[in-house]
Amino acid sequence: MPKPRVLIAAAWGLALAALPAFAQKNSCLDCHAKLEGELKAPAEAFKLDIHQQFGLRCSDCHGGNPAEDDEDKAKDKTFKGAPARPRIPEFCGKCHADAAYIRTFNPNLRVDQLSLYGTSRHGLLLRKGDTKPAVCTDCHGVHGIQTAKFPKSPTFPWNIPQTCGRCHADPEYMKAYGIPTNQLSEYKGSVHARALFEKRDLAAPACNSCHGNHGAYPPAVKSIAQVCRQCHPSAGDLFSRSPHKKAFDDLGLSECEACHGNHKILPPSSGMLGASSGSVCVQCHEPGSKGAAAAAELRNLIDGFETRIQSDDGILAVAARKGVEVSEPRFRLQEVNTTLVSVENLVHGLNLEEIKKKVDEGDQALAGIHKEGEAALAEARFRRTGLVVATVFLALFGIALFLKIRGLKRAE
Amino acid sequence: MKRRQFINLFFGGSFVATLAAFLYPVIRYILPPKQAEALQKSALAAKVGDLVPNSAKIFKFGSFPAVLVETQEGKLVALSAVCTHLTCTVTYDADTGTLYCPCHNGRFDLSGNVISGPPPRPLETYTVGVVGGDIIVSKKG
Amino acid sequence: MKARWAGLISFFEERLKLRGLFEFAQHKKVPEHERSFWYYFGGICLFLSGIQVATGIMLLLYYTPSIDAAHESIVFIMGQVKFGWLIRSVHSWTANILIGIIFVHMFSTFFLKAYRKPRELTWITGFFLLVLFLAFGFSGYLLPWNKLSYFATRVGTDIAGSLPFVGKWLKGVILGGATISQATLSRFFWFHVALLPLAAFGFVGLHVLLVQILGMSVPISLKGKKVREVSFFPDFLYKDALGWTLILVLIGVLCVFLPWEIGPKADPFAATPLGIKPEWYFTFMFTTLKLIPGRVLFMEGEKLAIMAFLFGGLLWMLVPFLDRRAGREETSRAFTGIGVVVALYIAVLTILTYTLPKL
Repeated sequence: MPKPRVLIAAAWGLALAALPAFAQKNSCLDCHAKLEGELKAPAEAFKLDIHQQFGLRCSDCHGGNPAEDDEDKAKDKTFKGAPARPRIPEFCGKCHADAAYIRTFNPNLRVDQLSLYGTSRHGLLLRKGDTKPAVCTDCHGVHGIQTAKFPKSPTFPWNIPQTCGRCHADPEYMKAYGIPTNQLSEYKGSVHARALFEKRDLAAPACNSCHGNHGAYPPAVKSIAQVCRQCHPSAGDLFSRSPHKKAFDDLGLSECEACHGNHKILPPSSGMLGASSGSVCVQCHEPGSKGAAAAAELRNLIDGFETRIQSDDGILAVAARKGVEVSEPRFRLQEVNTTLVSVENLVHGLNLEEIKKKVDEGDQALAGIHKEGEAALAEARFRRTGLVVATVFLALFGIALFLKIRGLKRAE
Repeated sequence: MKRRQFINLFFGGSFVATLAAFLYPVIRYILPPKQAEALQKSALAAKVGDLVPNSAKIFKFGSFPAVLVETQEGKLVALSAVCTHLTCTVTYDADTGTLYCPCHNGRFDLSGNVISGPPPRPLETYTVGVVGGDIIVSKKG
Repeated sequence: MKARWAGLISFFEERLKLRGLFEFAQHKKVPEHERSFWYYFGGICLFLSGIQVATGIMLLLYYTPSIDAAHESIVFIMGQVKFGWLIRSVHSWTANILIGIIFVHMFSTFFLKAYRKPRELTWITGFFLLVLFLAFGFSGYLLPWNKLSYFATRVGTDIAGSLPFVGKWLKGVILGGATISQATLSRFFWFHVALLPLAAFGFVGLHVLLVQILGMSVPISLKGKKVREVSFFPDFLYKDALGWTLILVLIGVLCVFLPWEIGPKADPFAATPLGIKPEWYFTFMFTTLKLIPGRVLFMEGEKLAIMAFLFGGLLWMLVPFLDRRAGREETSRAFTGIGVVVALYIAVLTILTYTLPKL
């Protein structure tokens, strides 16, 4: 007969083990889990669904009576089944557009997705009767839905390009709409994609950052510039103060996009400037015009600065390779690189005076660095010279020893 | 014997020359270098009086940039100047009394906390001490 | 001129009474034969040790044994102190060369059976010197407090800690605590500049004294033959000096063209770098531990290997008493064979450390 303590523990154990049986019965899951293929999938996927974590069951969306095991009784008159594709937004919106209802689960969750969707290109096309545009389940999944904070979710920042690309990169699917389908591949070559996918920077823009998510609509010319300014305000400010602003507005050109592109935005380089054929300036400025001359001058200014930086970097590298300690000038060269970045940014303002002043600032710092670099090279030369001198003396001493040794041999 | 004398002279002379070539670096080594001693987990950020209220100075701390700020009230604070987003160097924005990163619009307060923008982590803060006329910044802890 | 010289000598002779010493020196003879080339290596070890003492004392002027300042003081020495780069590079390069020459010296005396009677104590003091200089290398390696040295010390002391029974205690004594900390740096500094130099001074003194008393050993194969002898002063010393001069040139070239790296400062919270290994002279033991299977018979493979090394070391130290044939002045092929096996083992495992992938 086991001790009383053990018996009580066993009784508790049994009681606790039986608890799940008292959990909310969900006959839908019980039945569908026993089926095959497409009918089994919802039951499998729902295990990881966020709605399930909040205690919701199949019936909360689809209706029906989950306490009934008999199929006909379970599918009672409240049973809605799977909604037709055009009705999916309203289906989800029944809860997600109901502020009071959502507040009981998460007071911070937005409830404007349905109304935003109504203004989006997807929503407008759906309302006209097109069944191809994206509805809620195309982006969020169905039955295994997770929040956008969950890395495996199709709406997590670095999964979003792939999610949008499922339709937008499919030429067959998009044939009827007459818009390009190369945005995803273009984006993948961009600096934003590199930040998002390689550097894992979740602040980097994906499709929704510029296009919106629920209210997604191709951006108008004016909105492109505003959108870029969200993360690149100083370039935007400079541009607004430059002569280009009025010119672009008059021509109806989208500011940033005209030179930097939209999806395949590459790291900017001085090659974008200038009056030669590879530059962005010649898209508007005729060769020989004042604008082209200014562009060429800017290009020379920046190229010269870059070249001087690289040359000093080279000197420091050679000195370091020769064993001289150059961490102090190296550090200051990093700061000059920061000056170069700010010079490149100042290009947006097209204020030659301002740019020249900044370059001069950088050149001043470079002068000091150059001096230290040369001093380091001189130190390297000094060391080699010292070695030669010491080796010569040692060699002479060695010869003297050798002569002494030979002298001894001769004496024997 | 002349030959013997020559060899002895050569021997003595080359020995002395070699010895001198070795003593020269030893003596130069022992004589104090320009910078008196190695700076440890602290750095000389500035001299007292270098800064005015509501201004800042970037200085080298180890191998990274750091920023020394004198607030409007005259208090000295020092933080790492390496933006935690993509390592650009932050600058002091006197209009708002914050540290601003021009690369992607990141903004930090003077305790290092992220106020806005993409930086994911706060800036590391350092302790500031004034020794004589020197402002010394050192790592916490 | 000669009279003044003689006057000076007699001044010191009346006060220091060194005549006996000088006469001994004048009469000291070194045998010269086909194998006497190996005689130079002991003197080279002494010379390089002298360089280490001199450069070490110089480094003491600017080095700080504190975890907040050690690395910075090395940067200071390499960058700000005049010829600091030279003094430090000489110290680091010579340390490695010295240990290499110690191995050469050890194996040459082994193969020439110089350990046989009456020179057993010379061999034993030499063995202690080997251990002391390996300890010099191990303790000195941590002092710059850079990433490699921190983790190499971690690996090395972990191995010490895995010894049965005394392991944990021993590791605590070596580290001055449970993990590598300021206590460890202070302790290793104390080992490196106080305890080990004192011990080495004693053992080197004994070792060299024994060589003076007993003279140079002549290989058994030349026993009975008439062997030429040369005076140590100045003949053999000139030849010694020539060797030392060549080595100085080598060290100079190495220091100017391959100055010793400073490395990044140690960060105890960083992950252990992949492929971390101790200095080359420990790698044969390190690689043995890596290659040995997890379990051998009833024991953990690593523990068995460590015990084998300790036992092997003990046998190696006692070789003069184990090699009976050499003691009888007879050729002892068996021990030559053992020496070849040991030398090859050390060489092969050291090479494998750097050639095997994923070690």
